[in-house]
Amino acid sequence: MHTPSQPQVLPARYRLHGVISRLLRVRPRTTTLIAGTVLALIVLIALFAPLIAPYDPTELSPASRLQAMSAEHWLGTDAYGRDLFSRVVYGARISLAVGLGVALLTLLIGLPLGLIAGYFRAVDAILMRFMDGLMAIPGILAAIAIVSLTSANLWVLMVAITVPEIPQIVRLVRSQVLATREEAFVEAAILMSTPTRTILWRHLMPNTFAPLIVQCTYVCAAAILTESTLSFLGVGLSSETPTWGNIMSDGRIYFQLQPSLIFWAGLVLSLCILSINLLGDAARDALDPAMKRRES
Amino acid sequence: MFSYFIRRLLMAIPVMLVVALAIFLLLRLSPGDPAVIIAGDMASPEQVASIRAALGLDQPIYTQFFIWIGNMLQGDFGTSLISQTSAMTMITQRLEPTISLAIAAIVFTVLISVPLGVIAAWRQGSWIDNLVMSVSVVGFSVPVFVIGYLVIQVFAIELGWLPVQGYRSLEDGFGEFARRLVLPALTLSSVYIALIARMTRASMLEVLKEDYIRTARAKGLGQRLILFRHALRNAAVPILTVIGTGFALMVSGVVVTESVFNIPGLGRLIIDAVLARDYPVIQAIILLTAGLYVVINLLIDLSYAVTDPRIRY
Repeated sequence: MHTPSQPQVLPARYRLHGVISRLLRVRPRTTTLIAGTVLALIVLIALFAPLIAPYDPTELSPASRLQAMSAEHWLGTDAYGRDLFSRVVYGARISLAVGLGVALLTLLIGLPLGLIAGYFRAVDAILMRFMDGLMAIPGILAAIAIVSLTSANLWVLMVAITVPEIPQIVRLVRSQVLATREEAFVEAAILMSTPTRTILWRHLMPNTFAPLIVQCTYVCAAAILTESTLSFLGVGLSSETPTWGNIMSDGRIYFQLQPSLIFWAGLVLSLCILSINLLGDAARDALDPAMKRRES
Repeated sequence: MFSYFIRRLLMAIPVMLVVALAIFLLLRLSPGDPAVIIAGDMASPEQVASIRAALGLDQPIYTQFFIWIGNMLQGDFGTSLISQTSAMTMITQRLEPTISLAIAAIVFTVLISVPLGVIAAWRQGSWIDNLVMSVSVVGFSVPVFVIGYLVIQVFAIELGWLPVQGYRSLEDGFGEFARRLVLPALTLSSVYIALIARMTRASMLEVLKEDYIRTARAKGLGQRLILFRHALRNAAVPILTVIGTGFALMVSGVVVTESVFNIPGLGRLIIDAVLARDYPVIQAIILLTAGLYVVINLLIDLSYAVTDPRIRY
C-alpha cells in the first residue's frame, strides 16, 4: 500500500541556520562594523569586569569623596567616595544581563502565544483583546507598578520590563502565522493529518525567525533603556548596585559641581543602546530587502 | 461614519475592562493589607475589621471588582493611603505642568520633525538626508534623561540662556512660564522628533512616487507647493498613526523629564506614589493614562476619514 510521504519542508534547525547564514553573507556597512565593535567591547568589559575595575564598585571611602579625574581614580569618585570608573565598568553587567534576559523572556512567552493566537481562531479573539489591553498601559508605568509590589531584584526587574514588551512580539508572530498558514505546504500538511504540534513547530514557527531576530534586538535595546530609566528614577535596583542608571541618579545632585558624575555613565549607556539598535537595523536590512527599499 | 464611530467605541470597552482587571489584580497582589496600612500600627483588630468592612474588603473578590468599577464610573478613583485625599483631586492638581509640557513638546516636534522629514525625502540620498537619518537613530537611542542633562549643561550652565530647573505656573506670568518650559519640552520632544522625522520621510517617499506628483511637476507647480500641499497632505495618515503608537514614549518621557527638571506634574506624582506604596494613586494614574491611550487611538482612527477621503466607513 502506498504510504503518504511528508511534504518537503526543511526541519526548523535548518531554517534558523538559513536565517543566520543570510545574516552572515551580507557584507556589513561601516556603521554596522563600528556598532558591532562597540558592543563587543562592552560585552568584554562586562565579562572581565573584576579584572578591569581597579576598585570594588561598592566600597565606600568617605575620605576621598567627589574627587576629580586623576591617575588614581580615572573618572574620579562619587559622593560616597566610590571609584566611578569601577562602577561604570560593573554597570555593563547589569545592563547587558537585563537586555539579554528580557529579550529571551519575551521570546519564550511571546512566541508560543503568537503561534497559538495565529493558528487557533477561537483563542485568537480572547488572547488578542487581552494583548490590546496590555498595550494600552504605557510600558514604563506597568514596569514601575510591578516593581512597586516587591523590592526590586534582578528577576522582578526583568519580569517587569518583559510584560509590556510581550504584546508586540505576539502580534508579530501572529501576523506571520496568519500569512504562512494560507500557503500550500501548510494546507498539504493539514490534509495529511499531520499532528498540530508538528505543523506549529516545523512548518509555521521557522517562518517567524527572520522578523523575530530583528524584533528581539530592538527589545534588548528597549529593555536596557527601561532598566536605566527605572534606576535613574530611583525605582530600580537598590542604589548601591552599580548600574548606569543608578550612577546617574546618585550624581544628579552634584551635577552642576561635577558633570563627569553623570556624563560617563550616560555616554556608555547611549553608545550601548545605539550600537544594539544599529545592529538591529542592519539585521532588518539583510533579512528583509523589501523593507530596506522602503526605508532608505 | 456614525455607525463606524459607535462600533469603534464599543470595541474600546473590552480593552478598558482588561486594563481595569490587570490593575485591580495588581493591587490584590500587593503585599500588605490596605486596611492594616490605613488603620496604622496602633489599631486594634476590631478597628481593622471595621475599616475592612468600610472598604468592602470583606466581600468576595469578584464583588469587590464590580464595586470598584462602579465607583470609578461614578468618578470615584479611590483615596490616597498617605494623604487621605481623593486620588482624582491629587491628579487634577498636577495636570497643568504635565499638559503644558506635553503640548509644548508636540509643538516643537511638529515644527522641527515634519520639515526635516519632508526635506530628507525630497533630497533622498543627499548629505542632508543622511544627516537627518543618522541624527534620528541617535535621538532614538540616547535616553531622555541623558539628553535632559546635556541641554541643561549647554543652554543653562555654559550659555546661561535659560533656567536650569523648576516650573512656574501660567498664573505667574507667561514669560517666566515659557522660559522654564523650553528646555524640558525640547528634551521631551527629542525621541518624538526622531520618530516622526523618520516616519514623515518614509511616508513622503511613498507618496512622491505617485503619478499625480509627476503630473503636478509636469504642469509646472512650484516645488514647495508640490511638497507641502500635494505630497504632505497625503503622507499625513501614517504620520498620525505614529503619534498614536508613540503615546507610550510620551508617557515615559514625561515621567523622566519631570524628574530631571524638577517639575511637579503627574510623572512626579506617580514616582512619589510608588516610593510611598500609595496603591490607589498608582492605580488611578495608570487607569487614566490607559484610558487616554484608548481615546487618542480612537480619535486617530476617526481622523483617517477626515484626512483621507478614500477611507469611508
